[in-house]
Amino acid sequence: MAALSEVLVEPPVGVEPTTVDLSTADVRALNGALHAPRVAETSPRWRVLHPDGRHSIAVGLDAEVEVEVDGHVGYYCAGMNKAATVTINGNAGVGVAENMMSGTVRVRGNASQSAAATAHGGLLVVEGSAAARCGISMKGVDIVVGGDVGHMSAFMGQAGRLVVCGDAGDALGDSLYEARIYVQGSVKSLGADCVEKEMRAEHLAELAQLLTAAGMDADPAAFARFGSGRSLYNFHVDNASAY
Amino acid sequence: MCGIVGLHLREPSLYPRLGELLTGMLCQVTERGPDSAGVAVYGDPRWSPAGHASVSVLTGAASAAEVAGVLRAALPGTGLDVVDAGQTLVVNAATGVDQLVAAVRTALPTAVVIGQGEDVAVLKGVGHPQVLAAEFGLAGAQGWQGVAHTRMATESAVTPAHCHPFSVGPDQCLVHNGSFANHATIRRELKAAGVEFDSDNDSEVGARFVAAQLAAGYDLEKSLKLLCERFDGFYTLLVATRDSFAVVRDAIACKPAVVAETPQWVAMASEYRALAGLPGVESARIFEPEPEEVYAWQR
Repeated sequence: MAALSEVLVEPPVGVEPTTVDLSTADVRALNGALHAPRVAETSPRWRVLHPDGRHSIAVGLDAEVEVEVDGHVGYYCAGMNKAATVTINGNAGVGVAENMMSGTVRVRGNASQSAAATAHGGLLVVEGSAAARCGISMKGVDIVVGGDVGHMSAFMGQAGRLVVCGDAGDALGDSLYEARIYVQGSVKSLGADCVEKEMRAEHLAELAQLLTAAGMDADPAAFARFGSGRSLYNFHVDNASAY
Repeated sequence: MCGIVGLHLREPSLYPRLGELLTGMLCQVTERGPDSAGVAVYGDPRWSPAGHASVSVLTGAASAAEVAGVLRAALPGTGLDVVDAGQTLVVNAATGVDQLVAAVRTALPTAVVIGQGEDVAVLKGVGHPQVLAAEFGLAGAQGWQGVAHTRMATESAVTPAHCHPFSVGPDQCLVHNGSFANHATIRRELKAAGVEFDSDNDSEVGARFVAAQLAAGYDLEKSLKLLCERFDGFYTLLVATRDSFAVVRDAIACKPAVVAETPQWVAMASEYRALAGLPGVESARIFEPEPEEVYAWQR
């Protein structure tokens, strides 16, 4: 941890990233350094080497810093992110960007299950595919997936947008409150109370904006829109079997 | 929560490093199951010498020397040896597997047979997985295939007999992360068909079910498809025989699994961090198994 301590004492200002090698430094120290007061002014760019699947890398950030992680990460990478931009040059484990509030998280590989779970805001981009329960209980986050999403994606979603450039697995949008889902490929099955909806001009416009923000080259007109059927909002005995 | 790791080597030049690689993998999933651990190793010359049957046993208080004395008297002229691997003893002899198992059961009626075959040794114990790996002498093991498990018990007691892998058929083993919901029903059915159990562990029911399908003539892939049809609950399973290595997850797929494959090896683990130290992992094909799809590799 010598290198990291020196950085904290003599913070370099400029474009050169502060490099932390997790084969010698530990994650707790990295996160502590990323949480330091005025980190966005003293060390706005970070590069993390040899993550080797470690958990909780770059969690709880709340400053406008850019963090680039070179390799595969474990669970909860960039969880609770606020304002920061985190890029993972590899795959992400369970719960990447879970409970994100704002900022941008980009996974250049694939993401495991529960990506952006319960996230309130910000943008998660998965350039590969995301596994099951992508966007579970999403509360305002935007998620753009370049490949496919697994089963039960956007389960109990409350707000936000989920864009899937590939295919969606079983039970898409099950028990959806609100949130808009756009899928370019096939949908294996829709979950309870998730229905296909008309793609109006405002939806094409918002989808084009999301695809641009994510850097995805896809035609908004090729997508279908899904949302809540709003039949499960209030209990009705005729719907008992759907709960 | 439990931790699973497994390594199926394709490249013979890596066989001498099996134990070293498996130890590294096992230690990475310690946090997933710190109460106890177990391993199954295929082809180690200490535990399973060529031309010998091998039986792994939990004997409680009996020492390796005591066990060797009793068994040598029962099986004279078979070159019988007993290897002390901590809480487990591995007995091998130049005889048939069934004959050796029968001799062990007769001579040591209170011992639990936890593994049997020509190629597999199964080692189990209660304690910290890293300490157990040292107790087993795992780092020095050789062979073509290994499976290991760290346990965080949810369904039954923490004893060596309740540890995974469950090896209930010749050269078979099964490790499980999750919990079966209908194991009592299936246990009753298997018992009615004459199957005997060693523990009240739900995962043992899975192993006994797979062993019954294999004994009925199904291959490992088909046996695991039948398991998916019959078992309810949460599971990621890694199952091996002397020539097969297979992974399956339940329909919900909430128990994690990552597979990495290269021309030199196939590896599976609960989490990627257990694979990060494998040689050539940077160029491996890495994927998560899909729900209820059986992935099987043959030797």
